[in-house]
Amino acid sequence: MTAIHSTHIAKPATVSTVMLKVLAALLPGIALSVYCNGIGILLQLLLASLTALGAEAAMLRLRGVPVWPALKDLSAIVTAWLLALSLPPLGGWWMIVVATLFAIIVAKQLYGGLGNNPFNPAMAGFALMVVSFPAQMAQWGSPQLPLDATAQWQWIFLHTLAPGSVPDAISSATPLDVLKTGLRQGQALAGLLPQSSAQGLIALGWLVGGLWLWRQKLIPWQTPVAMLAGLLTLALPLWLWQPAQYASPLLHLLQGGTLLAAAFIVTDPVSGASTPKGRLIFGFGVGLLTYVIRVFGNFPDGIAFAVLLMNMTVPLLDQYTRPAVFGHRKGRS
Amino acid sequence: MMPLFDFPGGIHPPENKAQSSATPIRQAPLPPQLHVALRQSMGNAARPCVAVGDRVAKGQLIATADGRLSAAVHAPTSAVVSAIAPQPFAHPSGLPELAITLDSDGEERWIERQPLHDWAQRSGAEIRDFLAQMGIVGLGGAVFPSHLKLGVSQLETLVINGAECEPYISCDDRLMRERADAICDGIAVTHHALQARQVLIGIEDNKPQAIAAMQAAAAMHGYRVVAVPTKYPSGGAKQLIHVLTGKAIPHGVRATEHGVQCFNVATVYAIGRAVLHGEPLISRIVTLTGAVDAAANVEALIGTPLASLLALARPHHDSKEVVMGGPLMGFTLPDLAAGLTKAGNCLLVKSPALFPPRPPAQPCIRCGDCASACPVSLQPMDLFWFAKAKNFDKAQQWQLFDCIECGACSYVCPSQIPLVDYYRFAKSEIWGAERDKNAANLARQRHEFRQFRLQRDKTEKAQRLADKAAQAAARQAASHSAAANLAPAADPKQAAIAAAMARAAAQREAAPLPEQHSSGLNDAKQAAIAAAMARAAARKTAADEAKAASGQPPTPPPQSSGLDDAKQAAIAAAMARAAARKNAADEAKAASGQPPSPTPQSSGLDDAKQAAIAAAMARAAARKAAADQAKANQQPDS
Repeated sequence: MTAIHSTHIAKPATVSTVMLKVLAALLPGIALSVYCNGIGILLQLLLASLTALGAEAAMLRLRGVPVWPALKDLSAIVTAWLLALSLPPLGGWWMIVVATLFAIIVAKQLYGGLGNNPFNPAMAGFALMVVSFPAQMAQWGSPQLPLDATAQWQWIFLHTLAPGSVPDAISSATPLDVLKTGLRQGQALAGLLPQSSAQGLIALGWLVGGLWLWRQKLIPWQTPVAMLAGLLTLALPLWLWQPAQYASPLLHLLQGGTLLAAAFIVTDPVSGASTPKGRLIFGFGVGLLTYVIRVFGNFPDGIAFAVLLMNMTVPLLDQYTRPAVFGHRKGRS
Repeated sequence: MMPLFDFPGGIHPPENKAQSSATPIRQAPLPPQLHVALRQSMGNAARPCVAVGDRVAKGQLIATADGRLSAAVHAPTSAVVSAIAPQPFAHPSGLPELAITLDSDGEERWIERQPLHDWAQRSGAEIRDFLAQMGIVGLGGAVFPSHLKLGVSQLETLVINGAECEPYISCDDRLMRERADAICDGIAVTHHALQARQVLIGIEDNKPQAIAAMQAAAAMHGYRVVAVPTKYPSGGAKQLIHVLTGKAIPHGVRATEHGVQCFNVATVYAIGRAVLHGEPLISRIVTLTGAVDAAANVEALIGTPLASLLALARPHHDSKEVVMGGPLMGFTLPDLAAGLTKAGNCLLVKSPALFPPRPPAQPCIRCGDCASACPVSLQPMDLFWFAKAKNFDKAQQWQLFDCIECGACSYVCPSQIPLVDYYRFAKSEIWGAERDKNAANLARQRHEFRQFRLQRDKTEKAQRLADKAAQAAARQAASHSAAANLAPAADPKQAAIAAAMARAAAQREAAPLPEQHSSGLNDAKQAAIAAAMARAAARKTAADEAKAASGQPPTPPPQSSGLDDAKQAAIAAAMARAAARKNAADEAKAASGQPPSPTPQSSGLDDAKQAAIAAAMARAAARKAAADQAKANQQPDS
């Protein structure tokens, strides 16, 4: 095919700039995360990035695709960061490495690389870890961790602690996990609620990043809004009905990375729906499923499974939610 | 303030119109030699009607339209025809086209111009014919013969397209600023021919001076000048019609079916010049812009070598390619020796500094920016996927052919994928497959018709022989009986017996069919068969006579592979007619309760099959005719 027909002007945007902006939008949340949880998260981000780049480069080479042009699109880094931000900040180094390798090699490159993966790579990596290492994935670390930077790094790499530290703080479960286990054991809801506002603060960081991406026209409003709506559709009535049994909608919004997912994960264009209506359905489905898995399922958090399940519906959604073509009536094809 | 209707999608690329729109239209100098291409419309190339060595006057007809979508071509200046030969042509393929090369004599000597002064008293049909002779085509880029768009009357709205939405181009802007009155004269003629209820002139609001000039000129006519929001591609005919009237006209439907017709400002200007001044379309305004020192609009003769036009704008030293048309829909010119065509609205000089080469394409990330930009609400990323996978059925299902190739999707694509190229590729592949299919169908039809014809001839020959034998036998029998029964011939009973005997004898003798020897057919049956044979023969003769009388060849002439559409249609029609006649004859036979003509001896076609073939042929002819009609009715963008 010759290029003599092509349009002779184009917006200067490239995939790299898009991905770079996504990474930039993650920064406020990362900063708040560091503020609340210490700098262990930075090590996780670094580990994930290096693993992702290495795995991507190796796979591109094996596939016989020019390595550099594909590597510099930064999509591997975005996947790596989202994974690092989803996994426990003080998880062992091998966890993030395994998760990232699976995300890049299996969920992304084996399907043909960027643009061809039917499942969100970060969520595939996350799901693998939750299914394979549920105990380790549940150890989130107490928000007011009395560990300094050195201790955190030591813990991540060597799994050892300096004498005098409190191992209990490290192995504390995620708030959603605490909630679920406690409720099953018949404890009162009030005593199970998280004592700190750290998660809420971090969630605010994701919200800011998401709003900026929307202003930059890099993500549509439909998917995040529909996801939150789907979550609230179940959370609100159930909470109003039995506030002692069901956690408040606010808790569901702020805990478990709901806003991280709303801004950065369900908005992944490759594995998500691409029509306006399809995006609404996709997001709504993720929200509903997330709540169902969180509250009635076996896993403390359900976003990853909800996203993967909805990823499967995307071809169908895209086919049946196509907008009417100019001048044609709806439903005619 | 009338309500406006936004169309979906659209983009806002940098306009870059100021470079060329600042200075008035200049007259391009008369070139010593012009290459006037014969393909000046979307139809067939025109047929030259001058010979090498002829002297032609300015405005003289030098090539006549060949077919409905073809346009007449006139001499742009007084000159001597120095060649009629293939020349470089302004087309992305780079294939040469037949052109008439004129050596201008510098005198600019006009033919006697015959304006249609009394156009207001003329009918639409007369104006239409006049414009056809004047070679007027849409100057917005589609070069659709304008007279074909004047075929309707009692329109709701006549839309005049002065939107000029593509970046860099400003020829319509300057034309409206400087010649608003002449444009309105042209609108008046068009309006008269179309009898539209209202006239709306749509101009993008980034051209305030053009709007003011047109408003001043249009006021006395009662035309309405509407400033439409600047958004590419508001200058697409269907987009502008939607903005102004709210009517969304789908692909494949004529605007006139919705009571609207759309003309480009430059086209109505040309209509005005033709009707009021008797000037055929021999020049147009061209924007020269891009990487040039002196961007400008020039009025140039059709056929002016593009290189000499470009020189007027002094291209930069680092300029590489030249685009004809705008930066979104234009194509790179393969050869600047080509002459200016009626479609040439802009020459855009590209330099690496001004038009950085597109970065290599990255994978589609399905971001959907293209879908948001698409003015016809397609899903470009899906179409891209289908085109790439050569999944053309699916592409058509996703309404590939609604794509107007405006390039908005390519413009916004962050992966820098040349999307429109993929759609053009898919379209041309589908067209190619369609052509192959039609060719195969035609070959099959011809083959089946030939089989049918051979069979029919064979059967008829057998009938003729049978009839001849029967007659001979009857004569013989009659003479025998006459000789034997001379005296008692008056006895009716005996005569009857004799006749019966004669018939029997005749039948015995005239028994060419083997079965008749063995089988015990009774007289009545045989007689009936003979009678049927005779009738069939008579009918055949009559049919042949009718055929001869109507000037139709009885069988299709042998075909070479290079048949044009019209010829194919004629053949198909002839086949259908012949088949229909045959069919009618069969039906008549069946209706008269007679057994059909003797069944063919070989395993040839039976009646049902023949009827089916005939029906298929008729259907094919009808389809073809409908397709031609549709093609002719397609409305261009000007």
